[in-house]
Amino acid sequence: DIDNVGRKYHLKLVLEDIVEKDNIVNCTAEILYHLDNTNAAPDVHFEIEGELKNTEEQDNIFYNRIKSLKKELAAQNIPDSHGNMPPEMEPIRLLAQAAAGYVVWQNSTENTRYELAQIKHVRQLKRSDDYLEFDYMVLLHEFVSQEIIPWQMTVLWHPQHGVKVTQNSRQPKHAEH
Amino acid sequence: DQVLRATAGDEAQLALLRALGEQEELQVDFWRGPTKPGHPTDLRVPFRNLQAIKSFLEANDIPYSVMIEDVQELLNEEKRTMRLSRRLERSMDTFDFSSYHTIEEIYDWMEQLAAEHPSLVTRLQIGESYEKRPLYVLKFSTGGAGRPAIWLDTGIHSREWITQATGVWTANKLATEYGKDPAITAILDNMDIFFEIVTNPDGFAYTQSTNRMWRKTRSLNAGSSCVGVDPNRNWDAGFGGPGSSGNPCSETYRGAYAHSESEVSSIVDFILQHGNVKAVISIHSYSQMLMYPYGYKTEPAPDHAELDALAAKAVQDLAAVHGTQYVYGSIVDTIYQAAGTTVDWAYDNGIKYSYTFELRDTGRYGFLLPASHIVPTATETWPALLDIMEHVLEHPY
Repeated sequence: DIDNVGRKYHLKLVLEDIVEKDNIVNCTAEILYHLDNTNAAPDVHFEIEGELKNTEEQDNIFYNRIKSLKKELAAQNIPDSHGNMPPEMEPIRLLAQAAAGYVVWQNSTENTRYELAQIKHVRQLKRSDDYLEFDYMVLLHEFVSQEIIPWQMTVLWHPQHGVKVTQNSRQPKHAEH
Repeated sequence: DQVLRATAGDEAQLALLRALGEQEELQVDFWRGPTKPGHPTDLRVPFRNLQAIKSFLEANDIPYSVMIEDVQELLNEEKRTMRLSRRLERSMDTFDFSSYHTIEEIYDWMEQLAAEHPSLVTRLQIGESYEKRPLYVLKFSTGGAGRPAIWLDTGIHSREWITQATGVWTANKLATEYGKDPAITAILDNMDIFFEIVTNPDGFAYTQSTNRMWRKTRSLNAGSSCVGVDPNRNWDAGFGGPGSSGNPCSETYRGAYAHSESEVSSIVDFILQHGNVKAVISIHSYSQMLMYPYGYKTEPAPDHAELDALAAKAVQDLAAVHGTQYVYGSIVDTIYQAAGTTVDWAYDNGIKYSYTFELRDTGRYGFLLPASHIVPTATETWPALLDIMEHVLEHPY
């Protein structure tokens, strides 16, 4: 506890690559949750032991595939009710996971635990520059309240410039339909 | 290959179309031959000759359209649906444990299981849901009268699909392993098992028809447009306390009063009337946890040490199967404070061995766990369940 500031946590954790299970990286982090009266996101500082996997090749393959589509990408229910998803949607889901990570961070307190439950729909927005842009409507599952919260995210991505969430907003409960 | 529809405007064009059919190297196959001017002619054209034939039609001013863009795709689709329907026929004899099923399929399968193991399994009805669906329980018994019993339930939160699926696999395992596996044989020779697989059928039906993420029952709430009560906050154990909501629109709404939900009161009545239930195991997802009371208060349960040691063993045996890591402890310490839960009620009513599982995964798929996880999840949970049941057998009270 830090008087008048908030509560700080020191964490030692292991990062595991979802795609390549053997790829693990040690990490230490410091999280500071601010006192209740501010709506600020928690402060996060971290250090990684070693390096994260280089994904340049897969990033470029995905980037070129989307760039060469005749029509802008649009999809619903990823994964579907049975947990299935066409394999070509995997990068779209991973991108949503990364973007949702930002949204979750911005909205986390000591009493929340958010998980990305599903992508309700995603559509690609046309751009005149090199970036890929996607408008996502996702469902976040908040553990403590057990609520399923629809959330809109506008996501920019480029293989060399990474992910950026340019817009995001919590939606009313029935908005996902 | 494509199928084109061409319409000859006069006799001359008709003759041209007929001639197309005579030219062997073009391999044109009439699905509907040229008959009269003004009537459509349908021709299947191999891919390699498409351009030539289209040019020919255009050059001769014969209007045409593409009726079927890709014949192969249609053939593939047809093959797929035929395979699917053959599988459906076979499934009357061999139920597919590695896929998710509808209520009707599960209820039918339960009836079949009882029919196939008449001296061991009976399907009982303990009540009705809000929308009047039967609440079925499978009774596993080798005889006796009112033997000490173990209660198992899955699917109380309808969106947790891995639980109903694990329930089906486990019930099947109990029926088929009796007489073969010494542990399960010893248990069933001395105790009865009551297993409710679809504990919240209205919610389950709703997840299939309308909203995959539905958790609660489907009861109407007076004075509110919001539907449903959280059946795992509706039990009379710390009812109304923190960790449950008084708002009907909330996912953890406790209900107007304890046991307001028929899905809950049916179990309460059944267990109290039975009078000899020694364990209650309520199965949820997700998070990979094994927990014991309390959820409604932080004060440790009197049997905390024993329950903790048994949980440690169960979790270790679970991990040994596929390496899946579980955490364990009391509900309030491990997950969150929750009032009015099944296991707290069971414990406060003298049922010492009260446990709740949270099955796979830890959030990557969450509720939408792919069907490929069903058998591995059920397989790894089995030794953990056995550990608990064996302990109950060896520690009568």
